[in-house]
Amino acid sequence: MTTTTLSRRKFLKQSGVIVASFSLAGPAAIAQQARAPLPGGLNNNRMLDGWIRINANGRVTIHTGKCEIGQGILTALAQIAADELDVAYERIDMVSADTARTPDEGMTAGSLSVEGSGTALRFACAEVRGMLLAAAAQKLNIAVDKLSVADGAISASPTRLTYWDLAKDLNLKREATAVAKPKPASQHKVIGKSMPRRDFPAKVSGGAAFVQDMRLPGMVFGRVVRPPSYRAQLVSVDEAAAKAMPGVVAVMRDGSFIAVAAEREEQAIKAAQALRASAKWNETPDLSPSGAALYEHLKKMPSRDSVIKSVTPVNASGGKVTSVEAEYTRPFQAHGSIGPSCAVAQLKDGKYTVWTHSQGVFPLRTDLAKALKTPIANVTCTHVESSGCYGHNGADDAACDAALLARATNGRPVKLQWMREDEFGWEPFGSAMVIKMQAQLDEAKNIVNWQHETWSHPHSTRPTSNPAGSFVLGGWHLADPVPAAVPNNSPQPSGAADRNAVPLYDFPRQNILLHYLTDMPVRTSALRTLGAYANVFALESFIDEAALAAGVDPVEFRLRHMKNPRARAVIELAAQKSNWKPNSKGNGAGNESKGRGIAFAQYKNLACYCAVVADVTVDRAGNVKVTRAVSTVDAGLAVNPDGIINQIEGGIIQSASWTLKEQVKFDRQRITTRSWADYPIFTFNDVPAVEVHIINMPNERSLGVGEGSQGPTVAAIANAIANATGKRARDLPFTAEKIRQLTA
Amino acid sequence: MPDYTLRVNGVSRTVRTDADTPLLYVLRNDLEMNGAKFGCGLAQCGACTVHIDGRAARSCVTPVSSLAGKNVTTLEGIGTLDKLHPLQKAFLDEQAAQCGYCTNGMIMSAKALLDANPKPTEAQIKTALAGNLCRCGSHNRIVRAVQRAASAANVAKGA
Repeated sequence: MTTTTLSRRKFLKQSGVIVASFSLAGPAAIAQQARAPLPGGLNNNRMLDGWIRINANGRVTIHTGKCEIGQGILTALAQIAADELDVAYERIDMVSADTARTPDEGMTAGSLSVEGSGTALRFACAEVRGMLLAAAAQKLNIAVDKLSVADGAISASPTRLTYWDLAKDLNLKREATAVAKPKPASQHKVIGKSMPRRDFPAKVSGGAAFVQDMRLPGMVFGRVVRPPSYRAQLVSVDEAAAKAMPGVVAVMRDGSFIAVAAEREEQAIKAAQALRASAKWNETPDLSPSGAALYEHLKKMPSRDSVIKSVTPVNASGGKVTSVEAEYTRPFQAHGSIGPSCAVAQLKDGKYTVWTHSQGVFPLRTDLAKALKTPIANVTCTHVESSGCYGHNGADDAACDAALLARATNGRPVKLQWMREDEFGWEPFGSAMVIKMQAQLDEAKNIVNWQHETWSHPHSTRPTSNPAGSFVLGGWHLADPVPAAVPNNSPQPSGAADRNAVPLYDFPRQNILLHYLTDMPVRTSALRTLGAYANVFALESFIDEAALAAGVDPVEFRLRHMKNPRARAVIELAAQKSNWKPNSKGNGAGNESKGRGIAFAQYKNLACYCAVVADVTVDRAGNVKVTRAVSTVDAGLAVNPDGIINQIEGGIIQSASWTLKEQVKFDRQRITTRSWADYPIFTFNDVPAVEVHIINMPNERSLGVGEGSQGPTVAAIANAIANATGKRARDLPFTAEKIRQLTA
Repeated sequence: MPDYTLRVNGVSRTVRTDADTPLLYVLRNDLEMNGAKFGCGLAQCGACTVHIDGRAARSCVTPVSSLAGKNVTTLEGIGTLDKLHPLQKAFLDEQAAQCGYCTNGMIMSAKALLDANPKPTEAQIKTALAGNLCRCGSHNRIVRAVQRAASAANVAKGA
């Protein structure tokens, strides 16, 4: 969507009109001969006019395949474009993630948008700026190096030309070369500034900001009636009774897929309730056991086993070693978007138009086309914002539901929103995981041998995760179903289930193993950080346990094993900013004990470096409160410092909530978490004070921050609990009951 | 379906719907207002918060038929882009959001607090907002925004 939407009328106009006037040459459209690689997202989207349009009216339109999901990406990209083009920030209009209008940059995921789209825009804008200057030089018959440019006005005394004068003759229908170099940090004016978010004014004042706020002429309201459990089969349902209800426009049943459309939203809800009440299903109790038995079950499930990394030193020391081992567990956890998933869809003349908050409109289009059994060319997907998703929530599924229902509404657009119970019952959860850690310390108290062994379900079952299947829910339930296929685990160095299982520490002998559990009795997919949250929990808890076993302060122990200077810098600054006192014992006065813990990770071993120091109190009843978190982050060149702080701070709070409170509940047949009453999350009284300190590295490339702090936070809390109580919490979440048992 | 007349942001509006229709759907669909959001339909998350006769209420569980003679105030009614309410301005100044889906409820709950208690403590702000869920982790910024709005209003009043 565009980010300059103010009025409802304008919103509808911009959302509804498709202008396919740019080069959308994706990988398939590019000639097969080998080409020089281009930086970032330019490599797969090489045409300049796919990214940039200089308009005669003094506006600049930037197209990105990435989308706004509350992380502030469109603000950051506009900053980059303004600086590299030398135009005022206010002139930039952003068009994002639209299969008809923007580059295909895959998913907006993995904390990669500044790295991918930002890098592409830095080079593409630098190149277009160079083209404009060359055109001006030719027109003025003057050497390029005699020209200067400010806000699109090119000065060469006594004459003056503007980008807007040159726009008409500027031909951007050509491949980028990446020859023009982006500006050095010393010339940045907008990059590095905490520009306010472009999308916030509408959000504080009731403007149209979300897909839920779309209203199209003739639009009807849709609801879906999902089965009571994942693999339930519909036996019968009273469609006629629902069709006769007030306002009902269409009842759609295809196999076990049921949806209803009505003139009014509350009518659609009532009809869906009636359909649910009359539906008879065949169900089988086929879910995994829950509680402690879940983890034993995971370890016995069929698995694809792989050695992720194995290092054996040439000169292994032969001295006496001390062995330590421990096992860590993490339950299924939910995205828990505040706004349930929603989409608007319309079917007209055989063409589907879908407005969706999917994180990947191009992959969604591919899998939607399969589920709808129509060619890809008949489907257009446009991103419109919704509530924060934090990964693969119900967005793609709601888009499919709306598109299927649009078949039954005679060309009228359908806005279909999930109810709260649909979101909790059907969103793909972050996988439950078991991680077994083993290490050996030599006589000098250094780690000489390190093993990390992870059991996990898949962490990406998003659209196109396996081209052999389709990953949108609606298609699975049709009479002629379009099933999913087994998704592959993403390879290292980023990994997925094994994300951050490989330590950044310099342990001489390493063995990193993955047991990938492709059977998914409980539906799983990408929850913010994928496997990194649990792998860092285990890794950074275990190094703390090893430090305790060695009798060495945890900060000192980490630094002893870490050569990477940027990793060392964030750990050292976190210790300094938190006033870390080496070897300090937790303090157990009266009814509560206080403790402090540190943890570190470089997300994916590729993105930002982040350290977190957490302070906790633990009371006699086992209640853990995180009172304060001090964090440090090195994200390379900081494009928008406040945006970085917001992401790191939000990540700490979200991760602390996962860590202390969250687990999805289920019995052998059904997901029993259906509302916020079943799934408590942090509220204002739970939230710690948070400090974020940025180490700006203006001459380094920007590194993603969206998932940087979750892993360090969980481990810092676990380490602080151990510091406070002398007992090690290894089974998430750290509820009062578990901590009480642990410390009894 | 009967007609119901209700006052929304000082204007009398008549809608034709069932008695049990939640106010939320009337606001969003009949009156085409975006402020109040659907989050849970169960009065658990606060995204749909409006004021009824000056008190914060959950529009997702408030039947339209209960509103005769009452004044409904929504996010749109407290300020506009051109003339922001001090809370709206403070939320922008503090950049107190990430996705912004909960923002309506945060501002409307905070306004109910400040109307009753113009100088709340931090603990009072947190307690007043405890029924409003935020999933992005913007809580500390939201508390700062409410403090900022409170002190701006108090400065304006010479308090």
